[in-house]
Amino acid sequence: MEFETDSSPFTGSTSNIASIMRQVLYALIPGIAVMFFFYGWGVLINIILAIVIALSFEVISLWLRKRPIKPFLSDYSAVVTACLFALTIPPLAPWWILMVGLFFAIVIAKHLYGGLGYNPFNPAMIGFAVLIVSFPLQMTQWIQPHFMDGYLPSLLESLHIVFNGFEVFYNLDQWDAMTMATPLDDVKIELKAGHYFSEIMQTRPYGLVSGKAWEWISLSYLIGGLWLLYKGIINWRIPVSLLFALAMTATIFGWIEPDTHPSSLFHLFSGATMLGAFFIATDPVSASTTPRGQLFYGASIGFFIYVIRTWGNYPDAVAFSVLIMNMSVPMIDYFTQPRVFGAKSEKKS
Amino acid sequence: MSKEQKYWKFHGGVHPEFHKKESTTRPIATLKLPKRLIIPIQQHIGAIPELLVKKGDYVFKGQMIAQMHKDQLGSTLHAPSSGTIASIEKHSIPHPSTLEDLCIELILDGQDDWGDCQLEAIKDFEQCDNTKLLERIENAGLVGLGGAAFPSFVKVNSSVKQGIETLVINAAECEPYITCDDLLMRERADEIIDGIRILIKLLNPKQCLIGIEDNKPEAIAAIQQASKSFDKIQVCAIPTLYPSGGEKQLIKILTGKEVAVGGIALDLGILCHNVATCCAMYKAIVKGEPLISRIVTITGDGVKQPKNIEALIGTPVSDLVAQAGGYTSKAQRLIMGGPMMGITLSNDNTPMVKASNCFLVASTASLQQAHSIHASQAQMPCIRCGKCMQACPAKLLPQQLYWHTQAKDFERVAEHKLNSCIECGCCDFVCPSHIPLVSYFRFAKSEIRAQEKLLEKSNLSRKRHEFLEFRKAREKQERDEKRRKHKEALQKKKAAMAAKKAANGGTSANDPKADAIKAALARVKAKKIAREAQVKSGH
Ligand code: SF4
Ligand code: SF4
Repeated sequence: MEFETDSSPFTGSTSNIASIMRQVLYALIPGIAVMFFFYGWGVLINIILAIVIALSFEVISLWLRKRPIKPFLSDYSAVVTACLFALTIPPLAPWWILMVGLFFAIVIAKHLYGGLGYNPFNPAMIGFAVLIVSFPLQMTQWIQPHFMDGYLPSLLESLHIVFNGFEVFYNLDQWDAMTMATPLDDVKIELKAGHYFSEIMQTRPYGLVSGKAWEWISLSYLIGGLWLLYKGIINWRIPVSLLFALAMTATIFGWIEPDTHPSSLFHLFSGATMLGAFFIATDPVSASTTPRGQLFYGASIGFFIYVIRTWGNYPDAVAFSVLIMNMSVPMIDYFTQPRVFGAKSEKKS
Repeated sequence: MSKEQKYWKFHGGVHPEFHKKESTTRPIATLKLPKRLIIPIQQHIGAIPELLVKKGDYVFKGQMIAQMHKDQLGSTLHAPSSGTIASIEKHSIPHPSTLEDLCIELILDGQDDWGDCQLEAIKDFEQCDNTKLLERIENAGLVGLGGAAFPSFVKVNSSVKQGIETLVINAAECEPYITCDDLLMRERADEIIDGIRILIKLLNPKQCLIGIEDNKPEAIAAIQQASKSFDKIQVCAIPTLYPSGGEKQLIKILTGKEVAVGGIALDLGILCHNVATCCAMYKAIVKGEPLISRIVTITGDGVKQPKNIEALIGTPVSDLVAQAGGYTSKAQRLIMGGPMMGITLSNDNTPMVKASNCFLVASTASLQQAHSIHASQAQMPCIRCGKCMQACPAKLLPQQLYWHTQAKDFERVAEHKLNSCIECGCCDFVCPSHIPLVSYFRFAKSEIRAQEKLLEKSNLSRKRHEFLEFRKAREKQERDEKRRKHKEALQKKKAAMAAKKAANGGTSANDPKADAIKAALARVKAKKIAREAQVKSGH
């Protein structure tokens, strides 16, 4: 009897990229829910719009590159990019903001570099970075949590604002009053103005550590991230080293000059720290892949987040820190190869 | 005897579906004599043995049909049963790199007649001389039965010379589906222990550790029972984790020591033998039977009655399958070995060899049951998730190896220590992008080998060139030397002559030799002038 031949191994596990990406999406649910609670429909509109736009760009890019569309569309990677990107964009931001950001994320950062697996930079962060440099105003106008005294625009109103601009309902002054900088941004401005950190924390309704909305949002990302760790989707090295380095740097500077530097808890629970640590820096494609390399990679991001937040000109620093370290990955990986089984180096005798 | 034993862990490893139950429900069957055997002449690592028979010869069971030259790496071969040699031709063989090789086709006469070819049984091996035991191991054609088929004599002999501390018996049997060692331990524990005792007598190690994966409780119990009264032998039930049966991995688990890259176990004072090899050793010494049969697992959903069969070396796979109830409709792949490291065969007229531990006949669906790499799921790009790295027992970075292999940057591949890859398939197994990593690595290895050969060649030619240059230089030097000596001699002579002249009163007229030379020179000159004149006038 004749048989077909093949090459070993002939068996394998069930996991695939789509299932990994789906788990990442599940892990985002708590964060999205809490954001929805504080910021209303704008959050969901961002996400859904981003997914639709991202998938469209994905299809077009694949088609232009003459790649099979179905397997790559069903791997959920574009959906994850879209969600992460959408979560960093202020709710009720105009629709074209998403369009521009995702164009850079999907078409430029991902497909121009060769598509899934070949992008040296985190696509969502490229999108974000381009936007914050080009449209700083739109990107820093976060509506107040619960808008005005517990009122949030309805779904219809939100859609109107996103597609036709806030001018439909409000004049510029009103809109200004309803939006505000994020606590991270705000504290920085106040510190620059010469106020003490402890003072700022007392005079503003900042909740326990970093602003009522943000501390809860961060906490829910943390929960989602822990779930990913538990599921083995991500590895502990990057998030732990990132958070640790950020906290340590903040502690050291806080210890030198306590009044002009926000506390480490403030840093950990504000801005995109948690989202960055568990969902963005851990993007396997653009992150370091060796064990020691990941520790270095995570810690460096944590350190840069602090530096850029403190001395940089942008409200948050996760995107830039991640992108800087993305650049260094090939070198990090090369110099941090693990000791091979039976390699002589570390064992004397 | 079983003490509390400490175990170490090796990095990585995977838990495939083990599928051991299918073939362990039936006892070991003995194959009824097939009509013909196809015996590959080279069944081991090393050199090709010298044929002792020719077409048309009648051979007895156990008769030596191919012999190894002394001091060469290799092993002898014996006729597994009596019959006539029908042909010695190329035939398909189960080997990863060669499809065909020289085989002896033996038509059996059904008598299974030993003639006088059975070796002398050494019942009381404890009293026997070591050289005699070693000689027997060499003459019985023993090779490692775990799959690598390394000549046992060479391994044991070098260990005897160097002396070892620990004897490790590999009974982990970590590959899915394969159960031949499991059943062997259940049914023939005493023979195994006797085989181990022979090794202990030869080597006198401090301890002997038998590593068995803990998914074989019956085998563990049987071996424990059989080894109770021997102090040095210790049965170690190790956690089930593929590939704990890899020699280096098992040594790490049991002793905590790592065999160095490029080194062998003996460097650590360890000898590792497969459990089935020990049983074969027992047979060769205590019963006087050379290695002419072994136990092989026939399993998978492609055969009706999966089981273990004791069969003669050279039995065609089709006969084995017939013994296991024949094929089912699901027989789509024929694999020698397990699903992680086995090789597929294209035809079932291929014979079993000394290294065959299992023939797996299975449907592609059942093999990929848990998933479907090679068939339905598309290969996706590497997302650098690092799962492969976490699974790699050699602690390599398969994702980087893959990346550089794809880029054909083999220098980088080598820098990432591809040569430490044991092709266990763990990385391939876990990869969510379903990349056939091991195939890429095999390709890279062969490519690197080819490059090295080329380099060697160019090195050789460079060396040749250098040698040529060297020789030229040397010759020149020698010539110069000669010339110099000559000159010196001449000068001495002259000086001597001058001295003589001076002594003779400074008159050259008295020197007959000088006069003769002068005369000769004049003659030559005259001749030359005459010739020139001739040439001129002639035109
Ligand atoms: S497991 Fe596969 S996808 Fe993941 S890093 Fe390794 S090769 Fe890449
Ligand atoms: S096949 Fe090689 S690279 Fe892959 S896990 Fe095994 S040793 Fe590591």
